[in-house]
Amino acid sequence: MSDASQAPRGPQEFETALNKSDTRVAEFDVRERTLFDRAQHFLHGNPTMVPVIVLVLSIAAFGILAGTKFFSAFNMSLIMQQVSIIGILAAAQSLVILTAGIDLSVGAIMVLMSVIMGNLAVFAGLPTPLAILIGFAGGAGAGALNGFLVTKIKLPPFIVTLGTWNIFFALNLWLSGAQSIRSQTLDEVAPLLKIFGDSVRIGNAQITYGSILMIVIFAILWYVLNHTPWGRHVYAIGDDKEAAELSGIRTDRTLISVYMVAGLVCGIGAWASIGRVGSVSPQSFQEANLQSITAVVIGGISLFGGRGSILGPLIGALIVGVFNSGLRLIGVDVLWQVFAIGWLTIIAVGIDQWIRKVSA
Amino acid sequence: MNGQEPILSARGLVKRYGRVTALDHADFDLYPGEILAVIGDNGAGKSSLIKALSGAIRIDEGEIRLDGKPVHFHSPLQAREVGIETVYQNLALSPALSIADNMFLGREIYAGGLFGRLFRKLDHKKMQDVARQKLTDLGLMTIQNINQAVETLSGGQRQGVAVARAAAFGSKVVIMDEPTAALGVKESRRVLELIKDVRSRGLPIVLISHNMPHVFEVADRIHIHRLGRRHAIIRPQDFSMSDAVAIMTGAMEPPETAEAA
Repeated sequence: MSDASQAPRGPQEFETALNKSDTRVAEFDVRERTLFDRAQHFLHGNPTMVPVIVLVLSIAAFGILAGTKFFSAFNMSLIMQQVSIIGILAAAQSLVILTAGIDLSVGAIMVLMSVIMGNLAVFAGLPTPLAILIGFAGGAGAGALNGFLVTKIKLPPFIVTLGTWNIFFALNLWLSGAQSIRSQTLDEVAPLLKIFGDSVRIGNAQITYGSILMIVIFAILWYVLNHTPWGRHVYAIGDDKEAAELSGIRTDRTLISVYMVAGLVCGIGAWASIGRVGSVSPQSFQEANLQSITAVVIGGISLFGGRGSILGPLIGALIVGVFNSGLRLIGVDVLWQVFAIGWLTIIAVGIDQWIRKVSA
Repeated sequence: MNGQEPILSARGLVKRYGRVTALDHADFDLYPGEILAVIGDNGAGKSSLIKALSGAIRIDEGEIRLDGKPVHFHSPLQAREVGIETVYQNLALSPALSIADNMFLGREIYAGGLFGRLFRKLDHKKMQDVARQKLTDLGLMTIQNINQAVETLSGGQRQGVAVARAAAFGSKVVIMDEPTAALGVKESRRVLELIKDVRSRGLPIVLISHNMPHVFEVADRIHIHRLGRRHAIIRPQDFSMSDAVAIMTGAMEPPETAEAA
């Protein structure tokens, strides 16, 4: 454009004052920060540190209060075993909560799939591995239904999964006739279903395969969320769905896949839960959905989406386990365990809100 | 324009929302290497025009041509794939993700090798290097830490990241929607310099703005939109800001000399 030089085309008159002003526009603040500010900033960058600190402190505290009864390899492995199922469900829940959604149906999907696995292997005479695979597929399918209703019919995740929670629970009672499949029956016909109840012994620790499975699931999800585009997209959608869409992310497709993966993880959890309980029990894990949300929240994942590390809920689940075990060992009534977990949840969300207020 | 072919043009664009006609046979031309400002009153249809050009809406009638070839956009992604990048007014950045992550959102670089292909592993280092390079090119490397979350940046810095993203990937056209609307005086100045910088790198820019001083400073031509169509095209040298506003609001007839629609 040759004529660019003709007219008076430069900064505006009032902007000449800028010549004398500070020319640094995009620079880091170097102002003094209080220790408090620094802590807030650090936690903003490392949201998982809060639960890690809480976990370490609570283990130390109960170690002092309850002594070696608590602070033994055996008890530690027992805690792992006790939280393994809720931990696996919390992993599934985390994916959905990272997208600013919520999944109330995780527990119901898991129990329904355990009933399907049990029925197919025990009553329908299918080979156990095939029954397990069908259970996995069923979990993914149940998740796909949630995802479809959330994205295509555009219903709020809370309502969708409140509905499917009840639907899956009813299906579970219908398929099972509200009857458990007993442990002995499983041992005779389909022992593979119970494999995650078996354990390896390391010193005094009894580490069940279910505990190991939980760790493996978290490790895989950590990789996927941090090192694949899909993972980045999950965070972006939870952060700001419209911005993600304009950035060229296929948000609906990604969201459906998130619910499917969450369902699949519930399906895997179904297999582990049979080993944990020792039988196929349609009445088990009725509050697992809420417990999984508790673990996620205590683990520092924001309910508003887009923030937090997948490793947080693992820590969160362990914190719940440590509190329950520690309080029991020092002889506190069960009701105070519930009381403590309630406060932990509220404090965790409070800390999340405080961290989010960080100023640059 | 001196016999040059427009790089991006539109003829007879129509967009209706129910009984409202937002675009009423609108035309549009953008020539290589220029900054074309689009101004218009509220409701004149400039947003719809820009959305049509960036693929955010589907037009009911009319034709858009890029480099003389007809193009049809069903999504912003398709416009992006042919080299039209848009800096949206809300910037379309993910606040919690890092600068590097944001720049490559939706077009990530994969690690090479069997592992990278098998597990769809991201090449974080390469993306960070490229992001740093692109920001440095635009003189924005006072933003030090490429892994900083975007939400910790100032408004001007965020705008800088969004512009750098568009400039880095826009091979044909960059569209900017109200880039200075939310900024202070100093930050606006920085962004205007950035816009000129992008032009000097050869990329034509469509600039939507309500800010007449900014428009008159950087634009080579001004497209005045009124009542859903192109009302006039003026050169900032030939008219005053008040003339432009008068034409835009219908208080003044569009000049005969202007390349009217």
